[in-house]
Amino acid sequence: MAKNATRTQTSRAASTPAAKRPTPLNPDATSERLVPETNWTRRHLLDVDDFTSAEIELVLDTTDAMKEVLARDIPRVPALRGTTIVTLFYEASTRTRASFELAGKVLGADVINVAASSSSVQKGEALLDTVRTIQAIGADVCVLRHHASGAPYIAARESEFRVINAGDGQHAHPTQALLDAYTLRSELGDIRGRKIVIVGDIAHSRVARSNMWCLTSLGAEVVLCGPPTLMPVGLNGSTSDAEEHDLPPVRVEYDLDIAIEGADAVMALRLQRERQSSGLLPSLREYSRLYQVNGERLAKAKPGAPVLHPGPINEGVEISTEVAHGARSLVEEQVTNGVAVRMAVLYLLLRGEQP
Amino acid sequence: MSKLLIQGGRVLDPGTGIDKVADVLLVDGLVAGIGSDLSADGAEILDGSGLIVSPGFVDIHAHLRDPGQEYKETIATGTEAAARGGFTTVCCMPNTDPVIDTRATVEYVLRTADATGRVRVLPIGAVSKGREGHDLAELADLAEAGCIAFSDDGAPVADGALLRHAMEFASISGLTVIDHCEDAGIAAGGVMHEGWVSTRLGLQGQPAAAEETAVARDIAVAAETDLPLHLAHISTRAAVDLVRTAKQRGLPITAEVTPHHLTLTHEAVAFSQNGSNGNATLLYDTNAKVNPPLRTADDVAACVEALREGVIDAIATDHAPHADYEKACEFDEAVFGISGLETAFGLCMTLVRSGDLDLPTLIERLTAGPVRALGLERSVPGLGSLAEGLPAGQAGAPGDIVLIDPEAEWTVEPERFASKGRNTPLAGRTLMGKVVATVYGGEVVWAEEKVPA
Amino acid sequence: MGGIVLSNGAVMSADEIRRAIVRIAHEIVEQNAGVSDLMLVGMRTRGVPLAERLAAAIREFEGETVGVGALDIGLYRDDLPALGTKVEIKPSELPQDIAGKRLVLVDDVLYTGRSIRAALDALIDYGRPERIQLAVLVDRGHRELPIRADFVGKNIPTAKDDDVLVQLEESDGKDQVIVTERRD
Repeated sequence: MAKNATRTQTSRAASTPAAKRPTPLNPDATSERLVPETNWTRRHLLDVDDFTSAEIELVLDTTDAMKEVLARDIPRVPALRGTTIVTLFYEASTRTRASFELAGKVLGADVINVAASSSSVQKGEALLDTVRTIQAIGADVCVLRHHASGAPYIAARESEFRVINAGDGQHAHPTQALLDAYTLRSELGDIRGRKIVIVGDIAHSRVARSNMWCLTSLGAEVVLCGPPTLMPVGLNGSTSDAEEHDLPPVRVEYDLDIAIEGADAVMALRLQRERQSSGLLPSLREYSRLYQVNGERLAKAKPGAPVLHPGPINEGVEISTEVAHGARSLVEEQVTNGVAVRMAVLYLLLRGEQP
Repeated sequence: MSKLLIQGGRVLDPGTGIDKVADVLLVDGLVAGIGSDLSADGAEILDGSGLIVSPGFVDIHAHLRDPGQEYKETIATGTEAAARGGFTTVCCMPNTDPVIDTRATVEYVLRTADATGRVRVLPIGAVSKGREGHDLAELADLAEAGCIAFSDDGAPVADGALLRHAMEFASISGLTVIDHCEDAGIAAGGVMHEGWVSTRLGLQGQPAAAEETAVARDIAVAAETDLPLHLAHISTRAAVDLVRTAKQRGLPITAEVTPHHLTLTHEAVAFSQNGSNGNATLLYDTNAKVNPPLRTADDVAACVEALREGVIDAIATDHAPHADYEKACEFDEAVFGISGLETAFGLCMTLVRSGDLDLPTLIERLTAGPVRALGLERSVPGLGSLAEGLPAGQAGAPGDIVLIDPEAEWTVEPERFASKGRNTPLAGRTLMGKVVATVYGGEVVWAEEKVPA
Repeated sequence: MGGIVLSNGAVMSADEIRRAIVRIAHEIVEQNAGVSDLMLVGMRTRGVPLAERLAAAIREFEGETVGVGALDIGLYRDDLPALGTKVEIKPSELPQDIAGKRLVLVDDVLYTGRSIRAALDALIDYGRPERIQLAVLVDRGHRELPIRADFVGKNIPTAKDDDVLVQLEESDGKDQVIVTERRD
């Protein structure tokens, strides 16, 4: 399954028209920031909550270089030759794991996939025992996806290898946020001052949490929209409250028709169907009537405002089919950019200057 | 005839109102006299100068894990931890394996305490068989066997009718029911307090209302029956307010609070207490995972205020020792609980240092307060005081004494705990106020090396 | 620049740099018998403005425009962890397919040869050029690989622990080459 996904993504990267050939040199571009100013000082990527905008931009700029590599006929460079990446997934996820695997391989690393279903994880082996095993193997990086919030933090404290959080419970998904920021930056130019609406199940969404930090750090105005049952407590305060409480400065609006007005971009989240059975929603119909991103609602955003979705999409629930496949959907770009962003993160963690 | 003379300390016994520099003489395990120039003839002598001499502390809420979970704690290690923490009486909760819901198990606990315990152990029996919340345990039989209260602690008595019937049946033996106040529906599997920190960490929150609705229900049941009910580990402002109102109405409600709910907030789950969190990452500190969860600063302030006013009667540790591996894991999968006996006094002393509580009040809430809350003087006359002569004709209160150096600083080092449970969020914290020696039944059961004369 | 002291000031002035570039430009055209199929590839960071200056000089006296590319070798280095400096990488930008082209790789300083080795690896990943030549402003010696430059602005003998700093208008505000002595 991983192999198929890999191939699909490779061909998509190669066929993206803009990236087909190395881009011609822009003489104006060469003189700006000739000397790098930002150093990479992180051992792990656990979240983007404490990233400065300069650090985020370093990742996004590095991603530009990785996109160029992906666009080549033979996308492979030796940057991480001799390093070993272990992907350890306690939750099924075809796309994120395949994305990391491809990213590692393009950079010349060895990638070992450990899936919960096929390892001793299911035999009740404790997370920290698994961490020790991965350490003993000699891994340089562990890409960890876990159903429990905070699991990568616990692993990182006990490990000598670097940890990349590939999604932990309801907490964080930093590479998703970085690829979303990259996709938005490619589409909108500077993100500063842009109004970005995140719609859906905010409470249970690690994608939403990391995006709040990342986008507000880049200066965007972030508006959260969803039913009150799916909104986490404590976010609807003033900016000063948010600072006092170490939460990102975002705004909450429960009415999507109001929230979406004048938006520069709209990000819809996946709605887990079990939210209905747990009593948080009367029905999917009720949800989509109120919160579906559809053509009519999108018309209230800025003309041409792009639509993002972390996938996989429940078409006709959180997003209408016409919008999901419409001209303003950036869903495919997100997937392509995901590989490049993960390459950038792997490269910076393994080749950046260490503290 | 064994004699122990504690010389020259500041004798502080809020229960009898004593607060003066004096000697305390214990004869045959009982308080025989308090005064100056008591005869040291044939007595072992403890130098109490510069120290506070108070009745041994009484913990009405601890988990000793024995029988069945001896890997977490045993009656021997748990009571050793109690002695070090200044506690000479420990009421142990029945969520053992098997549950303390039969005479045989009560007898096992008492027999084991007798053989291996360092301090007094008073078992609390289960309200329902197996703590399953369905059928009442044989409360009168348990009382006869030696239980001093009833509780399904760890879980609430979810069925209000069962709670009422338990209170009614317990009243036959003159005992009190203790409820763990939590509405399971509202708590919704939350692993920490629902608030901005749970949002920050992406952890399932347990709303304060889960505790408050249960407290309100319990008070209504107590009002209807006019029978005593004790509320375990109260932790929110609204719960405190409900208790205050109930007491104003004259209802037989009592309540306790833990040292951690008096001093720590939900931020302890996420952020280092040492302040130097610089570029550090979020903690997800499983040692701060406890039920009820650590709450907000406002809740903490309300609990402290209520304790000071006497709305909350007692400090109880809710000592909940666990094995390392049960905490060295994902936050969601970690068990609830803090190992609290050995840090309780030092932690509470931070309230004295900050001026939120005076020392006599703190001592009262650790001695006379808990005894009053559960009516323990019926089981152990004079418990929690230094009374010299008792109405029952006994010579004096039990010779349970704690010697305290309120100025001594020490650092919490879990690896040096007597308890098997090293699960504390206080590791590395410096506390001021230390138990220097503990005397149980006239014998020194724990002392810092230098102290015994 | 802590720990570094200027020893003997500039070893190449702005005028010397200008003349060296004009000379190299002539040599390139002469060696390649014209400019057909010629492409200049500057190595980031300072090789890029040098390549542009060479192209401008060639345009001046040949009246023909030569393509200029920018090459980032960050993903091909074998000495990065030791250097620990340039973490930022940028996309390589080549104006056209390099297959069958005569490439002139342009860098500021030729030292161990390791950067050039990385650059050759990088270029070959883009296709098979007819030939690759190397132009550098300064050759300071101390090669660790069998690599030599085809066009050299100036040979500057240095000690192993000297630093050679090429400063250019485009990146540093002025043109000069400085040798500094490293002091630990």
